[in-house]
Amino acid sequence: MKIMVAVKHVVDYNIVPRVKQDGSDVEISGVKMGINPFDEIAVEEALRLKEKGIATEIVAVSIGAENSKDTLRHALAMGVDRAVLVQADGKLQPLGVAKLLKAVAGREQPDLILLGKQAIDDDAGQAGQMLAALLGVGQGLFASEIKVSGNEIEVNREVDGGTETVALQLPAIVTADLRLNEPRFIKLPNMMMAKKKPIDVIAATELGADFASHLSLLNVAEPAPRKPGVMVNSVAELVEKLRIEKVLA
Amino acid sequence: MSVLILAEYDGQHIKQSTRQAVTAAAAWQQPIHLLLVGADVSALASQAAGIAGVARVIKVEAPHLAHLLAEDVAAALQQVAGEYQVIVAAHSTLGKGVLPRVAALLDVGMVSDVIEIQAPATYVRPIYAGNILATVQSSDAVQVVTVRATSFEAAADGANAEITSAAAPAAFGKVRWVSEQRNLSDRPELATANVVISGGRSLGEQFNALLEPVAHKLNAAIGATRACVDAGFAPNDLQVGQTGTVVAPELYIAVGISGAMQHLAGIKDSKVIVAINHDADAPIFKHADYGLVADLFKALPELNAALG
Repeated sequence: MKIMVAVKHVVDYNIVPRVKQDGSDVEISGVKMGINPFDEIAVEEALRLKEKGIATEIVAVSIGAENSKDTLRHALAMGVDRAVLVQADGKLQPLGVAKLLKAVAGREQPDLILLGKQAIDDDAGQAGQMLAALLGVGQGLFASEIKVSGNEIEVNREVDGGTETVALQLPAIVTADLRLNEPRFIKLPNMMMAKKKPIDVIAATELGADFASHLSLLNVAEPAPRKPGVMVNSVAELVEKLRIEKVLA
Repeated sequence: MSVLILAEYDGQHIKQSTRQAVTAAAAWQQPIHLLLVGADVSALASQAAGIAGVARVIKVEAPHLAHLLAEDVAAALQQVAGEYQVIVAAHSTLGKGVLPRVAALLDVGMVSDVIEIQAPATYVRPIYAGNILATVQSSDAVQVVTVRATSFEAAADGANAEITSAAAPAAFGKVRWVSEQRNLSDRPELATANVVISGGRSLGEQFNALLEPVAHKLNAAIGATRACVDAGFAPNDLQVGQTGTVVAPELYIAVGISGAMQHLAGIKDSKVIVAINHDADAPIFKHADYGLVADLFKALPELNAALG
């Protein structure tokens, strides 16, 4: 079984993002970046399937600018076999990403495509579902456990109010949720080796997919700060304050 | 010009989030239609037809829709989509599964988790886990939008909409529903509750014993931190935060929660935040409207008693 994993290069999850002075966008120049954490979980799951002898080859694909190579190197250091960068400068939106991934899938012919459930920068959570729709295959979203048996993948998924299990015919799309696994720690020698591994680069324009924008960003802003809080000294005082606020009967 | 909303239900009740989506959809000032998909949705259809602001309820019924798969719901939605300029759903697990699929099938972009609508095509939505609010404008002829339900009031009853039916498309067939594990609780749903009381890992094995009585008196939903869930003291679906459920209740009570960034991102839209923690230096106090430094194991029973 061949697995394709989509990985996005995003602002590191520990960084508190700041707005550019003119409010036109989020400031990302000079900010620490890395693999989208949910995509890292997707990579880890692919590796585990290979270690179990279920997957034979794993190819990681990223779409973005030259710096997305850092995230592909992270995936290589974790243990994926190959890395492909679809080079596209400027901002991409989920529909364009899905179309480009579909084109790559057409070349790679994977049996399973893994993605993170959402990227932690734009928080759209659309690419996996859109890709599934474009390929006409099933989608197992928010996976917390997967099991491959024959031509089927069983996905335990986190849904509102509990969990649900669905079985998808392969090929299929699965998006990783937080509890699917805990990604491995990368050892230094693996990181060094990954630096030497080749990354296939394809220009997005070569893929014949329409990745034009459907949304334009008008401005960004930080949410209004909360008013400073009050410390109370006892449960009784707390209850009294909450009654004054009318949030307690 | 009309707006189509994907309705959601829980057993025999139209969900609160659907009523909130109706209020959101009023921004377009166009007739609002609800799409109800399921095996037998007659009783639900009458309920949906009563929601103020709804002009029509469209039923799509078939035996294979007893358990809703996003692939089948998307096909049902796509089938009727031609008449609509706007397609809306709550940003729930169903909405998140179905709407991107529909958008791709219609070859249009989509706007997720919208908290403000400036009709016809401009939206405010949180990015970077709510640390930033982005205003975006869509250039598509059909708007496909999921809304953060808690940002909108729930529409009350007060209509008598017509109920129509549309044929169900054939089953998608490549996905099989296997089973579900519902966390049965008589508590309100976490994402839409007016009051939420959440506990951290320090509550340990006493998580339920301490929170349940207070939650009962406040008619509150119970939430938990990621650490608490990971430690096995609370089930997955109780996780509040950027990677769990985002909440925006009138009152949020954080008990024994230090205030990790991803947790704070999921509660910041709450109207009043209360923090009770034994550690006076816990970051949560910087984000709380009312803070109480106290031993949880004493403060919770005291709070329970004070609520009478």
